[in-house]
Amino acid sequence: MSPPSRNGATADSRSAFHWLKLVFVRLGVLPFLLIVALVTFTLASDNFLTVSNLTNVVRQSVYLMIVALGQMLALLTGGFDLSVGTIVAITSVVGAMAMAAAATAMPDTVWLAIALGCLAGVLAGTSVGLLNGIGVSVFGVSPFIMTLGISSVGFGAGLYITGGVPVYGMPIEFGDIFGFGTLFGIPVPIYFAVGLVVLVYLLVNGTRLGRYFYAVGGNVKAARLSGINTRLTLFVTYVLCAFLAAVSGMLLTARLDTGEANVGASLPLESIAACVIAGVSLRGGVGRVENVVLGALFIVLVQNGMNLARIGSYLQMVVLGGLLILAVIADQIRLRYIAAMND
Amino acid sequence: MNSDDKGRGASGSESATLLSVRGLTKRYPNALALADVDFDLRAGEVHVLFGENGAGKSTLISILAGANHPTAGEILFRGEHVRLESVHDARRRGISAVFQEFSLVPQMTVAENLFLGAELTRGGFLDKRALRRNAEEIIARLGFPLKPGQTVLHLTRAEQQMVEIAKAFRSNLSVLILDEPTASLTDRETEQLFKLIEQVKADGVGIIYITHRLQEIRRIGDRITVLRDGRYVATKDARTVSEGELVNLMTGRVISEIFPTIRTERGPEVLRIEGLTTARGSPVEASIKVHAGEVVGLAGLIGSGKSEIMRAAFGLETVTAGRITLKGEDVTGLSPRRMMRRGMFYIPPDRRDEGLVMIRSCRENMSLPSLDQPPFSLGRFAINRRGEARRANELAERMNLQPRRIERSVDHFSGGNQQKVLLAKSLTRAVDVYAFDEPTVGVDVATRASIYGFIRDLCEAGAAVVLISSDLPEILHLTHRAYVFYRGRVQAELAGDEITEENLLRHFFEREAA
Repeated sequence: MSPPSRNGATADSRSAFHWLKLVFVRLGVLPFLLIVALVTFTLASDNFLTVSNLTNVVRQSVYLMIVALGQMLALLTGGFDLSVGTIVAITSVVGAMAMAAAATAMPDTVWLAIALGCLAGVLAGTSVGLLNGIGVSVFGVSPFIMTLGISSVGFGAGLYITGGVPVYGMPIEFGDIFGFGTLFGIPVPIYFAVGLVVLVYLLVNGTRLGRYFYAVGGNVKAARLSGINTRLTLFVTYVLCAFLAAVSGMLLTARLDTGEANVGASLPLESIAACVIAGVSLRGGVGRVENVVLGALFIVLVQNGMNLARIGSYLQMVVLGGLLILAVIADQIRLRYIAAMND
Repeated sequence: MNSDDKGRGASGSESATLLSVRGLTKRYPNALALADVDFDLRAGEVHVLFGENGAGKSTLISILAGANHPTAGEILFRGEHVRLESVHDARRRGISAVFQEFSLVPQMTVAENLFLGAELTRGGFLDKRALRRNAEEIIARLGFPLKPGQTVLHLTRAEQQMVEIAKAFRSNLSVLILDEPTASLTDRETEQLFKLIEQVKADGVGIIYITHRLQEIRRIGDRITVLRDGRYVATKDARTVSEGELVNLMTGRVISEIFPTIRTERGPEVLRIEGLTTARGSPVEASIKVHAGEVVGLAGLIGSGKSEIMRAAFGLETVTAGRITLKGEDVTGLSPRRMMRRGMFYIPPDRRDEGLVMIRSCRENMSLPSLDQPPFSLGRFAINRRGEARRANELAERMNLQPRRIERSVDHFSGGNQQKVLLAKSLTRAVDVYAFDEPTVGVDVATRASIYGFIRDLCEAGAAVVLISSDLPEILHLTHRAYVFYRGRVQAELAGDEITEENLLRHFFEREAA
């Protein structure tokens, strides 16, 4: 028996636990989930922890990441956007149709056709956000109802326009470059994602508008009394969210090489999950861009790992929904820890 | 230590000790909230707990109400050791607390709220008739003007408080804890509450009463216990203790240090409100004028229009008639944002509800009104993070923020320090007219003194200050001119020596003869 060393051991384990708790309170549940996921999938499949696979994960996560950035803005202001999937679909359909039509009308100017198509798609997607913004900020409709309603309207409209059939006929260069192309060995979509992440980071952390997102989400009355145009802030939130989803929609269209009304159905859930796992508060006013990037990566990583481990897509839905709920529970526990620490 | 109450518990006389606490201690990881506190409560007395914010009053009552558990110390209830497991447990024993934040369900009726958690059932179903009958009995016994079928949502704050108090009478009550019950009541409603307290006292209930208001202590208190920094300081007879002595016990300062003398050099008129009527019907055709370099008080009951007139001027209420002129410019109906840009700043009374973004840092809260101008701005859209941090640090210094950590979120600060952050917001831009709406609500005496000093500095620097206050001493000691509001109208204008307690109070209720 050697009491001193035993005491030392328990003190060590206690301080280790305390340290873990601190990490949890500071950073949330994401680091823990990330470690669990990495260990699990590395054990489950030899192909998981390889450079090519991880590059693949990053490339695949681009679409979700961009949508999640927009979703984060809506969450920051205390709302959310359930119509991001529809926005992606509308963008895809309208963009593809416009591009195909332009390409047919003027076969010699491929680049002009691509530019026109992208412009039309992004404008169409963003205009959906315009409707959300008007509903939420001018008429005071709750974001839940407004974006849920709009998502049905937009989805129906997309199916109606296309008759449910994929839209073909875009110039081959579009898919080759924006979908499958690489620049200096790095897939082109990643450049878009990096650029937008940087822009949103600067917007949120370095501009007045960004600060207003947090203030409006944290306390809308105090924001108003501090001279902030809260309605305009909310309006801009939903337009920006839609714009980001629309860019993602155009990139996805390039990857698929067709315009489809059926894409993006899982994006509302996935983007909210990415944000919540990353510690963005559902009550508004709290959230960081860099964490959301990790959150989106994590979700795609899990999907990729499950694919490699030959877990079917039905079970994957089960896991994803479970993760979302787990993240919210972890957030609640975290709040309790913070309250107990009293600092 | 004086334990002369021991052994008297069984005597059953009027002064029998109901509840006594010995060596109560509550330790949090980073703070000692209560340190070895003794306290006892006799049947049929009102025992006032007095102290600054953070002195330990709230911790003490939350332990007595079963909402919190002590780290050390013992609680004796009717002479027996008890461990109060939960609010429910305490209530079962007859100890009930009415906190400042009500635990009512707004959408439910008075009767449903009264029996929330203890619903009366019959064969597994709610017995609505019995519920209504029992609710009626309780309400009738207390003499409250409530109807069991009313929805709580539609009651005034005072009526909601009555429901909360009535809940305590659901079972046999022996200890009633009231936490600043008059904080948001009008004077008339306060009178009602005091009558009820007299009545309950006569039934042998012991009352623990928390208040910051010195007048109330004399009015209804029997004994008073002062806490400071989580420690017991003294217990005094509430009828004989002087205000100076109390303030001294609580803070270690003398009273003349609290209200400063404010010099006035009356400048040009900066704000003129003429015949203002709002869509809500209060104020009605009210007119006031404010000059640079003076403190103008707006007195009156809650809902008399004294707060609403400045809210309307700041663009928070819809103006249906009248004119607001700021520095000679018609500003009627402008939004808060535009009013702020033109030099008016309104500081709301409820910092949690309207004043601060509680989950964000002090730095962000302070700079929020002025991100559009240096040193906070960088170009047209960007924020100058360094300039912002520097200015926030200066403001924290000036306001004496404790602790001086500007990156800490506001809800981790004490009430007094939150108030300092709120006031600091008004220093971030050029302001000609400051409107302070109840600037010292729920604030301890030391912070109160520093807020008064803050107002003095602004006024003496040449700003116009409008002080909206339900606290008479503030109007008496700080203002150069005062308007008294009654039912939305300006009832009287008093200046200089005319501002006396008697003059003010006369206009609080009466209509002017002419």
